[in-house]
Amino acid sequence: MMDVIVIGAGPAGLAGAIASANSGLKVIVIDEFIKPGGRLIGQLHQERSGEWWNGIEESERLHQEAITLSVDIRCGVSVYNLEKDGDLWNVHTSIGTITVPFVLIATGAAEYPIPLPGWTLPGVMSIGAAQVMTNVHRVQVGKKGIIVGANILAFAILNELQLAGIHVDRIVLPEKGPLSGKAGEPEEVMKSLLHAAHLAPSPLLRIGSRFMKNDWFRKTGMKFFPKNGVKVNGTPLLLRKAAIEVIGMKQVEGVRVADTDANGTIIPGTETVYEADFVCIAGGLYPLAELAAVAGCPFQFIHELGGHVPHHSETMETPLEGLFVAGNITGIESGKIAIAQGTTAGYSIAKHAGKCGAVIDEQLNQAIQNVRLIRMQAAIQFNPDIESGRRKMSELWEKLYEKPANLHSTQKLG
Amino acid sequence: MTRIMDHPILGKLNDRKAIPFTFDGKTYEALENETVAAALLANGIRTLRIHEESGTPRGVYCNIGHCMECRVTVNDQANVRACLTVVEQHMVIESGKQHPTIVKRMVEQQ
Ligand SMILES: Cc1cc2nc3c(=O)[nH]c(=O)nc-3n(C[C@H](O)[C@H](O)[C@H](O)COP(=O)(O)OP(=O)(O)OC[C@H]3O[C@@H](n4cnc5c(N)ncnc54)[C@H](O)[C@@H]3O)c2cc1C
Ligand code: FES
Repeated sequence: MMDVIVIGAGPAGLAGAIASANSGLKVIVIDEFIKPGGRLIGQLHQERSGEWWNGIEESERLHQEAITLSVDIRCGVSVYNLEKDGDLWNVHTSIGTITVPFVLIATGAAEYPIPLPGWTLPGVMSIGAAQVMTNVHRVQVGKKGIIVGANILAFAILNELQLAGIHVDRIVLPEKGPLSGKAGEPEEVMKSLLHAAHLAPSPLLRIGSRFMKNDWFRKTGMKFFPKNGVKVNGTPLLLRKAAIEVIGMKQVEGVRVADTDANGTIIPGTETVYEADFVCIAGGLYPLAELAAVAGCPFQFIHELGGHVPHHSETMETPLEGLFVAGNITGIESGKIAIAQGTTAGYSIAKHAGKCGAVIDEQLNQAIQNVRLIRMQAAIQFNPDIESGRRKMSELWEKLYEKPANLHSTQKLG
Repeated sequence: MTRIMDHPILGKLNDRKAIPFTFDGKTYEALENETVAAALLANGIRTLRIHEESGTPRGVYCNIGHCMECRVTVNDQANVRACLTVVEQHMVIESGKQHPTIVKRMVEQQ
């Protein structure tokens, strides 16, 4: 029998499998994609040091390490359900049920859609779909594209499309409305971009213009925001234009846009059509946590973490015995942090399984410190207030699940 | 669409075997170990199905298995996600078709 099943062969899942296997546990990893690596395989950006973060190489490194430790990795297999059965978990997959004492859910993140009219036309895709088509499958998504939505992932992938010789004509915002939320409000978008600007791992994210970093611009900026936008790596970023509709008969032919005021309200009579043969929707990321929900794990909505996340400790335990989580399912962060969290979960599982004795405490402690360190040095941050989101979860965990030893004894005495 | 043969950071595309498959009766070529979605796009095909009820065209949306928009029929098995399925030699792929909505029509006529 296997000791651990890891759901998701992304950076968190692979790192978790490696740490568990390293401690002597028998591990199987399940992933529904065609190869291991998760969303890491699409990633390609330049670090502040100038070095490239090449997701394909990083995934390959993790994959090889896992194989060396005899981890059983199964791709093209989906997990549908899991349930507790006494001390064990039954995990239902497309190739049958696997029964184990320990489960690590590392299913990562998904993208928020922005359902504007015409978005179901072939040629409209999520920004992440374009990343995978370009960097993983190496097929061009089109000749001339428009990105709807301006956030850090959109800029990272804009750069990747350009590297592959694909022309992105413009970046516009979604129309303001209940579904687009702050992503449709120019002032709010500007604020979040300014936050990202100082992190600037590559010239691209420095958002071109000097004045964007300027406080004066921050206050008055949207009123004076140039009509033709500012250039991000050569592509106009049009914060005062909103996409109203994707047009086309059988597939994408263009995007109808209109000018907006500083709050994102459409100015009537300003509509134009930009031609394009593909459209990327950049709605942002949220934790993909359905499996934790069907397992019966309690959840908390924490905005800074990207949405609803399963309750978990810094050692990546959930309140359910034998169930652990790691990576973007616990909050939206970069690939490096997912690796560090996976390692933590892997050692945490080993500790619960009673492997390795005293060494494991040290390894686990080290892994937790490492998550904190990498978070401090992160080049890409999806939410600038991530630290505060993490703090909220650990306070919640302390309050709900950590009963200090003396509390027990006082209760007994009373 | 064209393939990205040469990439400044990721390098040249590996030499891979060409694999024949059919889509709606026509023969195309995929490269070894590539998904149905990628192979079809490389052959210029964006429309993978038409909506069962409305008949409007649909293609790849998320490319990683989340949205279910890319459902096709593969070797007679319906509702297979094109973005998660690797093309195999002589695979027979059919686009998702519009379904007759007999009951709905009946209700409408009443
Ligand atoms: C589209 C997209 C693009 C991103 N781009 C970047 C980027 O450029 N830079 C960056 O730093 N971060 C990026 N991220 C954030 C990314 O989530 C993290 O960097 C990192 O990959 C998270 O690792 P993970 O192991 O938690 O999850 P993932 O890497 O997402 O891996 C999760 C794995 O679980 C599998 N899985 C999910 N559900 C099931 C199931 N039911 N059954 C079987 N397998 C399942 C998936 O197939 C996937 O392989 C991106 C995220 C997304 C969604
Ligand atoms: S494109 Fe979304 S599931 Fe295939």
